[in-house]
Amino acid sequence: MELQCPMPKFDFDVITLGHGSGGLLTHKLLQSGVFDIFKNELLNQQHDGASFSLNGRVAFSTDSYVITPAFFPGGNIGELAINGTVNDLAMCGAIPQYLSLSFIIEEGLTMKEFWEILVHIKEATQKAKIKIVTGDTKVVEKGKGDKIFINTSGVGLIHPKANIHHNNIRPGDKIIISGNIATHGIAIMSVRKGLEFETTIESDTTNLNHTIEKLLDRFGNDIKFLRDPTRGGVASVLNEIAELTSLGFELDQKSIPVDEQVEGACEMLGLDPLYVANEGLFVAVVAKEIADELLSLLRYDENGATAAIIGEVNTEHPGKVLMKSRIGGRRVVNYLTGEQLPRIC
Amino acid sequence: MKYLSEYRDPELVKQYLDQIHHITTKPWKLMEICGGQTHSLVKNGILDMLPDKITMIHGPGCPVCVTPVSIIDEAIYLAQQPHVIICSFGDMLRVPGSKKSLLEVKAEGADVRILYSPLEAVKLAKENPGKEVIFFAVGFETTAPANALSIIQADKSGVSNYSILASHVLVPPAMEALLSDEENQIDAFLAAGHVCTIMGMEEYYPIAEKYKTPIVVTGFEPVDLLQGILMALEQLEHGEYKVENQYTRYVQREGNRLAIETMQEVFSVSDRMWRGIGTIPQSGFEVNHRYKHYNARLKFKLDIPVAEENKDCISGDIMKGLKKPFQCPNFGTFCKPEHPLGAPMVSSEGACAAYYHYSSVNTPEETL
Amino acid sequence: MCLAIPGKLLSISGQRDETFRQGKVSFGGITKEVNLSMVPDAQVGDYVLVHVGVAIGKVDQEEARQTFEYLKMMGEVDEIVNNEKTDK
Repeated sequence: MELQCPMPKFDFDVITLGHGSGGLLTHKLLQSGVFDIFKNELLNQQHDGASFSLNGRVAFSTDSYVITPAFFPGGNIGELAINGTVNDLAMCGAIPQYLSLSFIIEEGLTMKEFWEILVHIKEATQKAKIKIVTGDTKVVEKGKGDKIFINTSGVGLIHPKANIHHNNIRPGDKIIISGNIATHGIAIMSVRKGLEFETTIESDTTNLNHTIEKLLDRFGNDIKFLRDPTRGGVASVLNEIAELTSLGFELDQKSIPVDEQVEGACEMLGLDPLYVANEGLFVAVVAKEIADELLSLLRYDENGATAAIIGEVNTEHPGKVLMKSRIGGRRVVNYLTGEQLPRIC
Repeated sequence: MKYLSEYRDPELVKQYLDQIHHITTKPWKLMEICGGQTHSLVKNGILDMLPDKITMIHGPGCPVCVTPVSIIDEAIYLAQQPHVIICSFGDMLRVPGSKKSLLEVKAEGADVRILYSPLEAVKLAKENPGKEVIFFAVGFETTAPANALSIIQADKSGVSNYSILASHVLVPPAMEALLSDEENQIDAFLAAGHVCTIMGMEEYYPIAEKYKTPIVVTGFEPVDLLQGILMALEQLEHGEYKVENQYTRYVQREGNRLAIETMQEVFSVSDRMWRGIGTIPQSGFEVNHRYKHYNARLKFKLDIPVAEENKDCISGDIMKGLKKPFQCPNFGTFCKPEHPLGAPMVSSEGACAAYYHYSSVNTPEETL
Repeated sequence: MCLAIPGKLLSISGQRDETFRQGKVSFGGITKEVNLSMVPDAQVGDYVLVHVGVAIGKVDQEEARQTFEYLKMMGEVDEIVNNEKTDK
């Protein structure tokens, strides 16, 4: 992709242990690299921490990003790191405000790659309207890191109408998915050595906070629960909620939206899309009275064009997730054991 | 997807189920040979939709499940050798050997790679001339041609740092072993459709004749399975025992001649240990003399002691169709996918794993 | 076992040796290079059955269609048999 921010001239091509040692090299890397691209009044103080006031209930979230490969169809680890934490805050019903950003870089990472990651981070923060106000950079020996690990932690102000808690879920509530499932995981799989295939599928990573804010504005506490089904897929998220609430969750397979290419890849590799990772997607459990209206509103949003009601909550099989298959039979959708692996059998 | 989605049509499924319910007058026990068929039956919820009089017994058609512990130990030993890249299908990674699984050995630093195709392993060998690339060649007759092809390609390309650890099993000897067992309760078989795409149907005629058991070559999608079940029931209700073909869009009586020749070029038939069943004579493939340089067992002079199977695992009874997974005292308690006692709980095609993941009957207390 | 799925053959690459003959196959839009040495008569536009990167068979389109006729045929046979019974 064409970098919107041209890379400044550095007098080094590759990041070394020296750049993490806190001395002149670190200063150079941060000054002409990191601080420059993320300029804002809080970050510019360049202090040990950022100081600010927040009025109201606050949500706080953290996540670390270790994805391999760091560069994949549809983006790189940079925007994943921003969108991931922005979305976690949104899932708490919060409006994201500030982020911390920490890098653990494996020596040998080229400046070109690092800059591309920074640019994607910047674009993601602009789209999500969130500021990076503090951070850290460390460099580890070759072989001790996988190119780059990123941690982001974020604070957000909880929306005044939000009341997101699994205890609010009731039998009869509807389960809504905001779009096609399994897209991100399959995009990553398509470039994984030994399994690769040609496709136009790209990761669906994006920030969901504006979409969630709109829904909370309109429906407030009729939205009982929100979660983004990242690792482990939709099935894992629903199993967690079922266990927490001791309620039954029943899905209707034919309602679950999947892109045709993603489906083809899953068939070829023997993967179940319900267990494949997603990024720019969320699951919502909402009151049945507003489900249809919420779906209509969501479908107008850029992040909800293929949203669908995929099931409902009941008391018939407490703690379990069941699915009615396309052909009418029922099966349990269990927890995933470890990573889902492609199969021949 | 064309030639796939049409066989999942709910209307057609309903018609088949109606017909099955209509013609079934007596209790029958049918065995679907192939783990993929078991997977499909459980995943689509078909088992609960069949009449109560019909019992589906889940067969040993899971090459992962029948791979004995010692072969896993061989793979692990190889993975731990210096300069070795061991490649495998995803299915094999979590299966426990006598001490560890390939996944655990990978976590300890061994170079273990998941591949979609054995042909990729040959490419990997070309790209890594300083390493020995070994492919863990597991499978039934469906996979054997591809594994054989990888050796032929390596040979023709002059790639000498490639070899396979063969763990192939053949279906008809297993069927004979099951039918000749005095505890056998199987009334009819659904034969494995993709195995027959390669091998054809000839091998099944003498079996059907000898044991007076109907054999229907069946596919994997819901419509295929229900049509296969219906065809088997028609025979059973009329006292017939023929070999029939449901999977006609791929299976021909003579099979795929080129695929068979490819296998015969590289492999010779050998006796094989089947986990949970025991040794079945002439039931496996080993790399033959001509291609011995591609046989990892010879290349690395493997001499792994035969390991004892876990005594608490009743996989043999499960695979012979004598017990259902939830009748095992350890099912869902001491034996779960995250800590399996035996292969049928690990392999996604294993009857135990299929029941654990998809069936509402999860623990021994919930038996019918 | 034996996860194999049908895909549409989009193109064939000529190779020096049959063993290496391969083609691009589409599964619902994603494409993969697949070895075609065991399906020599597969042409562009045909649907092949693919297992672990190797085409092991070709869809017989007429037989594929017949599968859907099976129940109808059974229905007709039942009707004939019933008619014979009532005729007696």
